Amino acid sequence: MERNLTHIALFAALIAVLGLIPKIDLAGGVPITAQSLGVMLCGTVLGARRGALAVLLFLVLVAAGLPLLSGGRGGIGVFATPSVGFLLGFPVAAFVAGWVMERTTLPPGMAAWAAATIGGIGVLYAFGIIGIAYMTGVSVREASLGAALAFLPGDAIKTVIAGLVTQNLARMRPTSLLSRA
Amino acid sequence: MLTLTSPVETWAHRVRAGVKLALLAVATTGLFVLGSPLALAAVLGVIVGLYLSGGTDFAIAGLRLLRPLWPFVLIVALWHLWTGNPVGGLVVILRMLAAVGLANFVTMTTRLSDMVTIFQRLARPLQVFGLPPRRLALAFALVIRFLPVMLDRMEQIGASWRARSPRRPGWRVLVPATLAALDDADRVAEALRARGGAG
Repeated sequence: MERNLTHIALFAALIAVLGLIPKIDLAGGVPITAQSLGVMLCGTVLGARRGALAVLLFLVLVAAGLPLLSGGRGGIGVFATPSVGFLLGFPVAAFVAGWVMERTTLPPGMAAWAAATIGGIGVLYAFGIIGIAYMTGVSVREASLGAALAFLPGDAIKTVIAGLVTQNLARMRPTSLLSRA
Repeated sequence: MLTLTSPVETWAHRVRAGVKLALLAVATTGLFVLGSPLALAAVLGVIVGLYLSGGTDFAIAGLRLLRPLWPFVLIVALWHLWTGNPVGGLVVILRMLAAVGLANFVTMTTRLSDMVTIFQRLARPLQVFGLPPRRLALAFALVIRFLPVMLDRMEQIGASWRARSPRRPGWRVLVPATLAALDDADRVAEALRARGGAG
């Protein structure tokens, strides 16, 4: 019981920290913010239920007025911007990523990469694109094209990182992957 | 930890948080019903007035919070000009500015503790599903307490990487950071249990 609570709370803090550190410079110096990586890791490490709850807790604190979204954004106002679809998709993305992780029998690294791709790109983009199209009046087709051009390269890298981090966790301490417990 | 609440005290700081949130919900719904650019511009004017009633410093701080919106404004303007529907674009832009501006106004004039109290009250029905409000309060407190701790730890991990390698740390620092979060969670859980549990 207490363990569930603290894991959810600490991973909510991890998502926030990943959005606050300016950016991770990848090999080659491609700068990306890591917030959605935190969402993917919530799913692949904590599993579906706890992962989704951690993301939800993070969003509630953002709504309450903590500037925890990447770029220092926060407050209720962010739920009225065109990014609202992505925000609402975050917990669902973590849930789906966790669900995939729990269900497949692939090795942890591969499974986490697949889970992050399905949850963190497939599901998240579906929510995000509908959000953009609804809030801006742009057609779904154009919104998809825009989202793909703007975010897909960075997010594809993040799914690989989510896979690598999860694989390393599994190797260093197999019991740490609660999604596979 | 910095919050978005404005240090400039305005009259709106003294209005109860629940009242402000309820009014915000009604007003935002109204904004999505309104379809005429004139009406929306009038509403936006009222919102600008709200900000100015808190003084110029307050209004400038409010304007700064709207900065992340400009790429969207640009995209919406270009798209609607290209599809030959400038009025539609104007409606979208005015509505977006008004809705975000109004919500930011509530955030800027409400202390974090008041907002958290409201959320806990709103979450009270969740008790039926086995989530007592006290546990929610504990979760909020844990996140806020562990944010600076984890930021510090990120710094330390980065520093110890740089002490050993001329290369950039890259994604590798995330492994010890995640592992540390998992370890902290276990220890805090133990400490909570030792002090009578999460309730």
